[in-house]
Amino acid sequence: MTALDLSALSARQVRDGIARGDFSAREAADAAYARIDALDGEVHAFLQLMPELAYAAADRVDAARAAGDELPPLAGVPAGIKDNMNLLGTRTTCSSRMLENYESVYDCTAVRRMLDAGALPIGKLNMDEFAFGSSTENSAFGPTRNPWDLERVPGGSSGGSAAAVAAGMVSVSLGSDTGGSIRQPAALTGTVGMKPTYGRVSRYGVIAFGSSLDQIGPFTKNVDDSALLLEAIAGEDPRDATSATEAVEAYTAAVEGGVRGLRVGLATDILEVEGCAAEVKQSVLDAAEVFASLGAEVGEVALPSARHGLSAYYIIGPAEASSNLARFDGIRYGHRADDAEDVLDLYMRSRAEGFGPETIRRIMLGTYALSAGYYDAYYGQAQKARTRIIEDFRSAFERFDVVLTPTTPEPAFRFGEKSDPFTMYLNDFYTIPVNLAGNCAMSVPSGLCSSTGMPMGLQIIGDYFAETTVFRAAAAYEAALGFDTTPPLVRALAR
Amino acid sequence: MAITEADVRHVAMLARLALTDEQVGALTAELGALLGHIDELQHLDLEGVQPTAHPLAMTNRTRADVVVPGLSREDALRNAPDTDGTAFVVPAITGGGDAS
Repeated sequence: MTALDLSALSARQVRDGIARGDFSAREAADAAYARIDALDGEVHAFLQLMPELAYAAADRVDAARAAGDELPPLAGVPAGIKDNMNLLGTRTTCSSRMLENYESVYDCTAVRRMLDAGALPIGKLNMDEFAFGSSTENSAFGPTRNPWDLERVPGGSSGGSAAAVAAGMVSVSLGSDTGGSIRQPAALTGTVGMKPTYGRVSRYGVIAFGSSLDQIGPFTKNVDDSALLLEAIAGEDPRDATSATEAVEAYTAAVEGGVRGLRVGLATDILEVEGCAAEVKQSVLDAAEVFASLGAEVGEVALPSARHGLSAYYIIGPAEASSNLARFDGIRYGHRADDAEDVLDLYMRSRAEGFGPETIRRIMLGTYALSAGYYDAYYGQAQKARTRIIEDFRSAFERFDVVLTPTTPEPAFRFGEKSDPFTMYLNDFYTIPVNLAGNCAMSVPSGLCSSTGMPMGLQIIGDYFAETTVFRAAAAYEAALGFDTTPPLVRALAR
Repeated sequence: MAITEADVRHVAMLARLALTDEQVGALTAELGALLGHIDELQHLDLEGVQPTAHPLAMTNRTRADVVVPGLSREDALRNAPDTDGTAFVVPAITGGGDAS
């Protein structure tokens, strides 16, 4: 039993504890690996551990402190990385047989920035294959289990990133969000997940899924840590021409701002969708009350086109994915079929052997939607629906500073419960419109479901580049709610 | 718009996926069911709405035309399934030659 418990400390407290000399960065790494030893046999958040990289980083932090240098903002903070982000010295598999042995040959910018800020790269985290899924059941290397209930999914696709933070194996982790893949698993595991505005964080080095939708963002135990990590990774990158040039604001300074006078819109029309659990709905109504009691001006807002987001997304996302995944052809990297007769045979068998069922489904759907005769009916129509969703948010943010919805229609479900693809896709009903519009949103815990004891999430949506406002709202709500992010599995360890 | 097995085989060829008959059958049913939900888009009145390809109004960004180091040959070949040390090795592309 190690003295240090990452579940009991925020990332900021880890960094400040090291700076004060309460403990060393090596001890922080020890705490991460001890927790992984204790729990990851059951949880299976990690695909790969990198103790050599992590302890080398820890030694640099401890040496800097010994030399009296000022420590960077994430110095000694144990961090996990979703396995679709490249880091030299690691394999980057996307949880796919296709990339099972792929070794990174360059660094993802967001990962590099996180490590440059002093974080320790503890390991690479499980996910749905190529980020297609909402449960990690589509990982070729087996699912991750929810630390709140091992019989339930942790959400996805960044389920490993969420579970590792929830179980105190790391203080923070990076995930990616194309249709909800940060916010949905955050909601299902009682963690805080932020999807920044499209372009706020460079996409260089994250294996592409939907290039007009993808965004990297932080998983943390609290809102302040989320602001701290986003501050470290955000900003323009010459290697990503779609990275935003807007200056990065001081997010951590915003956390203290409070919500007096903040205009909070409750998206009442989409609260009434089929499948939204009564308790989830109630938790959002309660959240609106909390904001009102804190001095915010709460009103109702409609997002009438948001209910078409799912259909538009399941054209646009697969269309972009089918193009992006065309690169996996068995020639330059990835799985290659044996004994190919010719190049066409090599392509067709390498891809069919390397990709799992959901990946094949998405590629097929996207290719169909882009094929001659169907392009206008599907892709063209979806692009126009996307415009309508953007207009909904534009008019909402003329009247409000943030908009509230549930993050997911229901808390974590059991393994195998959603065997029908569309039923699974419905889990992202509330998160998808934000990716289509490209603005920012975060999920913060909104309490425990009384019947199952599973966490629920409140989604706080902001305008383009309004991360500061979202953090301010989220921090005020978090403080008012006082949610304990420690799952029973972790509490049992202390006994 | 009902999707048929013939459609699935055609799309699988476009996507370069060698599917078994079993997979073709399952995908015909699954894609049919998904398109059944997605077909609601056909009924929306979106006449005259501008399509959105990208969420942010960005124009092309250029960088200075300066030579910088790129991926080395060694790194580019590091993950190759088959290489002769200088290039990727692939089956013969044109017919008639010795494929080895």
